[in-house]
Amino acid sequence: MHPAKILGRVVATHKEDSLTGVKLIILQPTDWEGNPIDDYLVAADAVSAGYDEFVFFVESMEAAVAFSNVPPIDASIVGIIDGVQLDDEYYTRSVK
Amino acid sequence: MKFAKVVGTVVSTQKDENAEGWKMMIVQPLGLDFKPRGDSMVATDAVGAGEGELVLLTSGSSARQTKVTKNRPCDLVIVAIVDIVEKEGEVIFKKFETKGFD
Amino acid sequence: MKLARVVGNIWATRKATVLKNKRMLLVQPMDPISGKTHGKVMMALCDKIDAGIGDVVLVMDEGSSAGQVLGINSRPVRTFIFGIVDELEKDGNIVKYT
Repeated sequence: MHPAKILGRVVATHKEDSLTGVKLIILQPTDWEGNPIDDYLVAADAVSAGYDEFVFFVESMEAAVAFSNVPPIDASIVGIIDGVQLDDEYYTRSVK
Repeated sequence: MKFAKVVGTVVSTQKDENAEGWKMMIVQPLGLDFKPRGDSMVATDAVGAGEGELVLLTSGSSARQTKVTKNRPCDLVIVAIVDIVEKEGEVIFKKFETKGFD
Repeated sequence: MKLARVVGNIWATRKATVLKNKRMLLVQPMDPISGKTHGKVMMALCDKIDAGIGDVVLVMDEGSSAGQVLGINSRPVRTFIFGIVDELEKDGNIVKYT
C-alpha cells in the first residue's frame, strides 16, 4: 500500500462492462510526508475519496480484488489517510 | 491504469490459439500533459477503441480480467475510452474538442 | 521476506471494508547485521500480531501469501507483518531485540 494525493478524475462512458459504476481517479503518488514522487497513475476508487485528499492505494492484482467482481484494474484506492505518525512526527490529511 | 493514445492496429494471422479473435492496437503511453512518454506498445482491445482515441490501459495480471482476455495470456489491455479528464478542478481533456485526438 | 523496523503508524477511518479493524504500520527494511534501517518506508498490515513502533518485525511482501495468512483469499493487501523478531544469531553473536 502506497500513499498518494488525488489530482483529478476521469470520465469514460465507454468501458469494459465490469468497470460500470467504478469511479476513476488520477493519483499523484507521494511519500509519507505528502511530497510528490514518481509518475501519475489512474486508479479505481473503492472508498469514495474526493479532490486533494491524502489516500493510500494498492497496485497490480491486489487492486482488482478490492472489488467483488474483480474488474481489470491495476490500481485502486483502498483508504483515506487521517493521520501519519513517522519518527515522532505527525502528518494529517491536510498535508499540502 | 495509464493514459495512452491509440496510434495503429496490428494484424496477425498466425498466432497462438489463445489470442484468436483479438483486436490488437498499437498504443503510445502518455503523461498527464498528454505528451508521449516511453515506447509504444501493443495492447488487446476490450472496448472497441479506434485510432486517435485517448484510452486507459491496464497492465500486469489484472489485464486478464476483461471478457476478451479472461484466462488468456495477456499483459496489456484497453479497458476504457476516455471522455473527460479533470485535473485540479479544470477540464484538461474533452473528447472531440481537444486537439491531437482524432 | 524482509527484516524491518516499525517506524510509524497510520490511521484511516474510511477504508475498504476488508481492512476494517486491522492496524496499519509503517515499516522500513533493516540490515540484520548493522541494525541500520535503509530504503523506502512501506505500509504493512498488522492483524493478529501486537507490534508497535521500535519493534523489529518480519515482513512479507507478496500478494497471494497475504491472502493465505490473512484468511480470505482476496484481500487487497500485499505487505503484512507476520512476526516479531526476538533475537538474531550471526557468526555466534546474538543480538537481542526484545
